[in-house]
Amino acid sequence: MFAELNSILNVSPEHFTTGEFVLLSDRQSDASFLMHHFLGFYLRAGCQVCFIGLAQSLSHYSAVSQRLGVSLSQAKERGQLVFLEGLNECSAILNPDGVRTGSEAMAFLRNPGAGLRALFQFAHSSVNHSWGAEERAGDAGGGPPVVLVDDVSVLLSLGVSADAVLDFSHYCRATVCSQLKGNVVILLRCDREEDDYDDVGSDEGLERLLRGLTHQCSLALHVQGLPTGYCRDIHGQVEVCDRRRRADGQQKKTTFQYKVHDRGASFFAPGTSSAVL
Amino acid sequence: MADSVSSACKPSVERTPLNATSFQKKTRNKLLSIPGTRLSVQNGQLLVSTGVTSLDYLLGGGLAVGTVLLIEEDYYDSYSRMILKYFLAEGVVCRHELFLAAAQDHPNDIFQELPDPILDDVAIRKSADQPRLSCEPQDGLDAMKIAWRYQNLPKVQSALASSSRFGHYYDVSKTMEPEIRQAAKCHHFYLPEHPSQSSATHSPMLESYSALLKSIEEVICREGFNVSASMTKSRNILRIGLHSLGSPLWGDDLCCRDDPKHSHALTTFLYGLRALLRSSLSVAVVTVPSHLIQRRSLMGSIIRLCDNAIALESFKGSERKTSPLCKDYHGLLHVRQVPYLNCLASQLPDHKDLAFKIKRKQFSIERLHLPPDLSETVSRVSRAELAGAATVASACGSGNKHLDF
Repeated sequence: MFAELNSILNVSPEHFTTGEFVLLSDRQSDASFLMHHFLGFYLRAGCQVCFIGLAQSLSHYSAVSQRLGVSLSQAKERGQLVFLEGLNECSAILNPDGVRTGSEAMAFLRNPGAGLRALFQFAHSSVNHSWGAEERAGDAGGGPPVVLVDDVSVLLSLGVSADAVLDFSHYCRATVCSQLKGNVVILLRCDREEDDYDDVGSDEGLERLLRGLTHQCSLALHVQGLPTGYCRDIHGQVEVCDRRRRADGQQKKTTFQYKVHDRGASFFAPGTSSAVL
Repeated sequence: MADSVSSACKPSVERTPLNATSFQKKTRNKLLSIPGTRLSVQNGQLLVSTGVTSLDYLLGGGLAVGTVLLIEEDYYDSYSRMILKYFLAEGVVCRHELFLAAAQDHPNDIFQELPDPILDDVAIRKSADQPRLSCEPQDGLDAMKIAWRYQNLPKVQSALASSSRFGHYYDVSKTMEPEIRQAAKCHHFYLPEHPSQSSATHSPMLESYSALLKSIEEVICREGFNVSASMTKSRNILRIGLHSLGSPLWGDDLCCRDDPKHSHALTTFLYGLRALLRSSLSVAVVTVPSHLIQRRSLMGSIIRLCDNAIALESFKGSERKTSPLCKDYHGLLHVRQVPYLNCLASQLPDHKDLAFKIKRKQFSIERLHLPPDLSETVSRVSRAELAGAATVASACGSGNKHLDF
């Protein structure tokens, strides 16, 4: 978890808003470091976390979280974290003669046209109970449920339609955010902008999904490269868009530049990087 | 041994074989020593050499075990095929096992074309290089009478190389001796030898890709490359080379149509390949004819599913034959993606404008720069024009105008 990002978003592990749908998107960059931030943040806050990790293996997330000071294996042992390792289940499903049958949550690999109902049911059942309720009898149990998805562009690459993903996110928002008063964080990686797409239907899946998810979300963090070019010291800029309706009906949008280190990321106002000043 | 290795360095990782992957931080143990590999200095990953030393430097020291390197082919598939042969030749020299899949040529033909390794005079080469380098600053010291303040600055290194050498050099004018080649264990997959079977699932993957994936998985299980396999014998690395995936010879219509029917076949295959590689001691190099793919958005998803991605653009197929760059270099090289594995920050290359050239004994990748134009004529083709005409990976907003006066 990155301390500077916490102060930007005005949250802390002890005090954060529930019922939020956070969208992390990137263009020509990699916003996965934000996903590690949110994973560490919600684990520290004591939430019941369901992490759908499709892009990388469990040991990758464990290694990065270890550097950020959070132990995923201990969280799994005490039941706080339910981890779906997509790559692991995939090898069982794509080879049907194998002995192992993969989890039903990844059934969309066999038949992408059928949608993501099984995946949603897996996520719902994972967060529907609070962890540690039997040990901490005096306490209120675990924190609010959180579902993190890394990342949905892999789902599109595997043949799932953008409509199915939008249905999935809508169901997540309805149950996890509204009913269970939890949070949902989704990462979506987009292509670079190409103005010379002749046919409209070429990349309609990814762009349509981005527009749909941006409409549904309450907080959007968009990561992209610097508009002036590639720089080794400033890895890009983050646009934080708070889409919750405020008293004056306006949406707050701020831009920061960031640099990713070995043990975290630093965020600063544009032009105030230590490499420049 | 994989279990004890994992328990030695990460006691928190579960010991079930399903969760063991090849990405373990191997900092504290010296048990896992496979010939031809080394540990990365940045994040402790196990690295192998691609056979091209400059490419190793670009990728952060080498190719990490368990990852995929995607090479976007140049127009005539000459240089990408060359890099694939370097990769396989390096595997022969390091005594790794090889797996080669192709649909166009029989893999045995490609195996016979591997370049000859220069094994004897490696040490001689090093000592020959150093006296040359040391004598140059001497001339520089004498020459700098006006700009004497700059004489202590290091010379600009245009060739990409690190101080410690990892990998071997090859002589492309000769092919590898059959004795050396037969010492290495090679598996191959030639698509016409595998008759197509109709699959019962609705999976978007084509039969050719499923057969290939199954074949790779069989080799991994049979030869014991799984990370969770028992350590009765010494471990080795499997080098997988997949030639021209996505081309019509594999039955894929990615390159044929604007709106392909099998638009997700290759991406599903790459996801399955990534799943296989992450749980085994293997590396893969995949070449894709990206210049044939009509929908550019598909290349984005293909690149995201591979870990490392570079694109080759040779001057042979392009119309820029008369540019001054053609005399010095054979083409441009774009780094599309560099992964970050087990750490937050990736090792981004310092410069994004790179060019490559093939010399007889080396495939060198250098930082692109034009020599000073010492001719009488005023017109100078700016680098921005040349680079801007190519598809630049990042948002490189260098100006296109050059001041002509």
